[in-house]
Amino acid sequence: MPGKRRPKLAVWKFASCDGCQLSLLDCEDELLDVAGALDIAYFPEATRSVQPGPYDLSLVEGSITTPHDAERIHQIRRDSRQLISIGACATAGGIQALRNFKDVREFTRIVYASPQYIETLRRSTPIAEHVRVDFELRGCPIAKHQLIEVISAFLNGRKPNVPTYSVCQECKRQGVVCVMVAHGTPCLGPVTQAGCGALCPSYHRGCYACFGPKETPNIPALSQWRRERLGASDLEILRSLRTFNAAAAEFERESIRHEHQNHPG
Amino acid sequence: MSTRIIQVDTIARVEGEGALRIQISDGKLEDVKLRIFEPPRFFEAFLRGRDFTEAPDITARICGICPVAYLMGAVHAMEMICGAVIPRPIRDLRRLIYCGEWIESHILHMAMLHAPDFLGYPDAIAMAKDHPDVVKKALRVKKLGNDIMVLLGGREIHPINVRVGGFYKVPTKEQLRRLKPDLQWGLEAAMEMVRFASQLNFQDFEQDYEFVCLRHPDEYPFNEGMMVSNKGIEVPISAYDTVLVEEHVPHSTALHSRIRGRGACHVGPLARYTMNHEKLTPLAKTSAREAGLAEICCNPFKSIIVRGVEVVFAFEEALRLIDEYEPPDRPFIPVTPRAGTGYGCTEAPRGICYHRYTIDDAGAIQDAKIVSPTAVNQSTIEKDLWHFIEPNMDLPDDRLQWECEQAIRNYDPCISCSAHFLKLEVVRQ
Ligand code: SF4
Ligand code: SF4
Repeated sequence: MPGKRRPKLAVWKFASCDGCQLSLLDCEDELLDVAGALDIAYFPEATRSVQPGPYDLSLVEGSITTPHDAERIHQIRRDSRQLISIGACATAGGIQALRNFKDVREFTRIVYASPQYIETLRRSTPIAEHVRVDFELRGCPIAKHQLIEVISAFLNGRKPNVPTYSVCQECKRQGVVCVMVAHGTPCLGPVTQAGCGALCPSYHRGCYACFGPKETPNIPALSQWRRERLGASDLEILRSLRTFNAAAAEFERESIRHEHQNHPG
Repeated sequence: MSTRIIQVDTIARVEGEGALRIQISDGKLEDVKLRIFEPPRFFEAFLRGRDFTEAPDITARICGICPVAYLMGAVHAMEMICGAVIPRPIRDLRRLIYCGEWIESHILHMAMLHAPDFLGYPDAIAMAKDHPDVVKKALRVKKLGNDIMVLLGGREIHPINVRVGGFYKVPTKEQLRRLKPDLQWGLEAAMEMVRFASQLNFQDFEQDYEFVCLRHPDEYPFNEGMMVSNKGIEVPISAYDTVLVEEHVPHSTALHSRIRGRGACHVGPLARYTMNHEKLTPLAKTSAREAGLAEICCNPFKSIIVRGVEVVFAFEEALRLIDEYEPPDRPFIPVTPRAGTGYGCTEAPRGICYHRYTIDDAGAIQDAKIVSPTAVNQSTIEKDLWHFIEPNMDLPDDRLQWECEQAIRNYDPCISCSAHFLKLEVVRQ
């Protein structure tokens, strides 16, 4: 488009598995169009060319786990007009936030022969705990259609249409039989944010909450139901909340409650 | 004394974060260090105390580029501990989902990461301006790999349908059959991609490697086989730790593996091809022959051809598995925990990926060890760089940088298992 500058896109990585940024490369049908609409200015997983900031849109994957990264994210914020964190690592601290509940020095000793070489923070934290974030896209990994929606919303200067209701509602919409009612399979769908299209229940599996808590979830009620109807133990409930969104506030609060019941005192 | 320093802050298009530092003094190469900056995520530590059934989904998050490798390593190790015998159709579906991952991952590397290097483009998008058909076709082939992952796994990244004992839900014959026309097309397209790759310009860079991979008596390996090498290793995977050791080197958060008493080893497509080429499917063999591959391939730059040959294999194998598929009676077999130690070693697109777990009678994980292929290849990458830089030292810094990046990308290092951006620093004294 002559005369019109394409917005500059940057994709950043912190502690993560790369799966969320890979989602963009997995949009095989849309990739060349995205590359046409946006100027891919920084995306090391995809290109060796590097353009200096500022960037119009930064997608940030991964959580903050090192002192260096805690500084790096501020520079990225300063260089970015809009900053969107993508995935459970970036929005909740990811699976690596399991360290938050333990002694990270002990963790380091288990994995590394020479722990003195390892520099790491005590907690794995989401991007929004460090800088202002314009939008958080959930999921471990994010859903491709939501990523495309967020990018097109950005290009058109509108708010992304990303629902905050539960996975249960997606099951109902799609006519997926409730795995908990029909088969007694434990499912976190009632407290988990939609976006995946009720993927696990449609494969006869309970939701394990990879999209994190929905807006105002009633987790204690679900725990009680699981205990009474499905005979779940505190340890089972605890483990189910301590996965990819373990440090999301609502999950953290509820899991700590069960930790105390599991190990009294 | 003259000092020259080249520092590359980012070696792009390898999936991770790391840096390369080269030191040259008075025209002599003094040091090469591949540093890995991936922040530690402590998987082996937080797996302790988790239930044995949780290991597949948790360890998949080590790498979003080859989650199937982690899912498969974990389920096989747990099933070994518990003495579970997996029925044929489930075993076949596991091979099928692995075909999907190889196709997706290999094409991503060939077309979007590696080919642009050979042709002098910074990325596939720039390459698409001059070679739109190549890039568009590659994207379509890549998507077929993802289609297999989506059908069998629910989604392409971190599939939700794999469990200890099998799957949550298995496809019908009809669902698989519907993939066939596309896979047929993909097979043709993959053969074309091998031809395309074989016409690239390769430098002479034959190295003396110890190739390590799995070998199975009847098939090109995915999930099962003996651990073998071209220099005499032949052991069951439970002996992995007696063959390979890991070292924690100060310049890296990834552990470096070496063969006990010998040193670096090379895992991945070249190793599999060299040790198993006679097990390739017919058209994969034809492709390899037409591309001029010998029975051994010791030039890592030619890995782009071998990846292509493996994609041809994956399409043929997928079509065979679909033709022979009869759905199992149940999507999974129940697996009851019992105390013990078990091993899983499978062929990730980038090479063997090793898991070892010890669980107690209740199924709680007591100990876990996971070695990614990139961690195993790291010492070999450093060694390649020594050999590669020496004759090329006089290249200008930016040229040398690109060439080094390419030498590293030969290994398709998924650096989130170990490294990411590579920062290249050349110190010339
Ligand atoms: S949120 Fe999940 S898929 Fe995304 S980077 Fe983190 S671990 Fe990977
Ligand atoms: S059902 Fe739950 S665990 Fe499964 S993909 Fe959706 S949000 Fe993730």
